[in-house]
Amino acid sequence: MNRIMKPLKPVGIIGYGAYVPAYRLSAKEISRVWRNGQDRNYLPIKQKSVPGPDEDTITMSIEASKNALLRAEIDADRIRAVWVGSESHPYTVKPSGTVLAQVLGIYPDTVAGDLEFACKAGTEAMQAAIGFVGSGMAEYALALGTDTAQGRPGDALEYTAAAGGAAFILGPAEQAAAVLEGSYSFVTDTPDFFRRAYQHYPEHGNRFTGDLAYFLHIRSAVNTLMEELNLQPNDFDAVVFHQPNVKFPRKKAEDLGFTTDQLKDGLLVDYVGNTYAGSSVLGFTAVLDKARPGDRILLASFGSGAGSDAFSFVIHDKITEIQSKAPQTMQYVRREKQIDYASYARWRKKIRMQ
Amino acid sequence: MDIPRYWRLRNQRYRLEGSRCKECGSICFPPRFLCPHCKSAEMEPYELKGRGKIYSYTIIHQAPDIFDKNVPYTVALIDLEEGARITAQLTDIDPDDVSIGMPVEMVIRKIYEDGENGPIQYGYKFRPILFTDAGS
Ligand SMILES: [Zn+2]
Repeated sequence: MNRIMKPLKPVGIIGYGAYVPAYRLSAKEISRVWRNGQDRNYLPIKQKSVPGPDEDTITMSIEASKNALLRAEIDADRIRAVWVGSESHPYTVKPSGTVLAQVLGIYPDTVAGDLEFACKAGTEAMQAAIGFVGSGMAEYALALGTDTAQGRPGDALEYTAAAGGAAFILGPAEQAAAVLEGSYSFVTDTPDFFRRAYQHYPEHGNRFTGDLAYFLHIRSAVNTLMEELNLQPNDFDAVVFHQPNVKFPRKKAEDLGFTTDQLKDGLLVDYVGNTYAGSSVLGFTAVLDKARPGDRILLASFGSGAGSDAFSFVIHDKITEIQSKAPQTMQYVRREKQIDYASYARWRKKIRMQ
Repeated sequence: MDIPRYWRLRNQRYRLEGSRCKECGSICFPPRFLCPHCKSAEMEPYELKGRGKIYSYTIIHQAPDIFDKNVPYTVALIDLEEGARITAQLTDIDPDDVSIGMPVEMVIRKIYEDGENGPIQYGYKFRPILFTDAGS
């Protein structure tokens, strides 16, 4: 069996865009409220991003997509698919993708759908878009990973659950800034993290979160991808993993034989938190902002439930033309307005009155 | 706003779709059937870029019920680059930091949620121009 996945027609990224809200909540501030600062030496990250009161997965996806369109320089109505990966779609029934298609001028000749796979919904959307373009069903397809993640107040996840996302326009390889070499997806039924219908906050099965979930799935996806493509860790110029905290992606990189230098450009979690479906793909946009023609980039997501998608992309000349056509990811990361826990609780509806 | 009206006006609210006079070239937002300058009825849809400067503004402390949780917020009159003047809420800025002449750009945000069960209405707001050294 051929384990690697390759589209019939070569596919690549012709435009990409990022979005991170302006507001930041420091882990120290959360620790002050819930732990009296007792755990201040063991905080998983420095700070996380918080969406403003008028922002959600749809509004953030719109801005990321507009940035992707600025780089792709195509008419929006040539896009034939809008796929939004998220675990925080504003509606349970009514696709986020329909609003995006209308706002961006992609409507009405398009498919639009929402994907859900915890933190790997964004790369799941990319896989679908690659298939759509690679089979010839569409000239271009738009794929997003965006979240406004929520952690239960006082829970360990509250330190990191953050907001942000990234958009990618997939198209024919000959127009692309980053061409797909191949991808591989690895999935098992694992009860590491879940949220039932009508619940506001997720639950985690503690004993499953590390070795049997994050580490096993990313390791399996990345090792298979490299084996099938006949590549070694040092063939890559940069590597991006899902980043629920600073420790996990660092340990993952070390285990798989990658250096901190390969990891550093895409590791944003310390500044913006875990943006769930946006996490690995947002890091990937930061790497694309700095990439040079000829670079090879490894992207590997992780989604609870559980699975990992791994991709290898090779950068082409077009990258240098498009990098500065839209705001860079680090510009969004650096625009930070610190807020206190009270504003956060009000904006994120942490206080429920009925 | 009721659902039929929100639906009918969505291209205005999502994409700043105004109108342009084929005779004299003047641009209107919201769109009009007759040109206010030359009275021509030859009007075509025209999508505004969403960049402009604050002409005037007011800070709202007493809001209608649906915006009650947002106070204080700022509503501004904005002169768009194409020449039309538009009224819009500002976002991502403290009311104290707003000034006349400030360059602003359009973003799509939640305007309001009709309770826990109703529709979420999206539309334009304006924010200070984020990055002057990137984008179009
Ligand atoms: Zn006229």
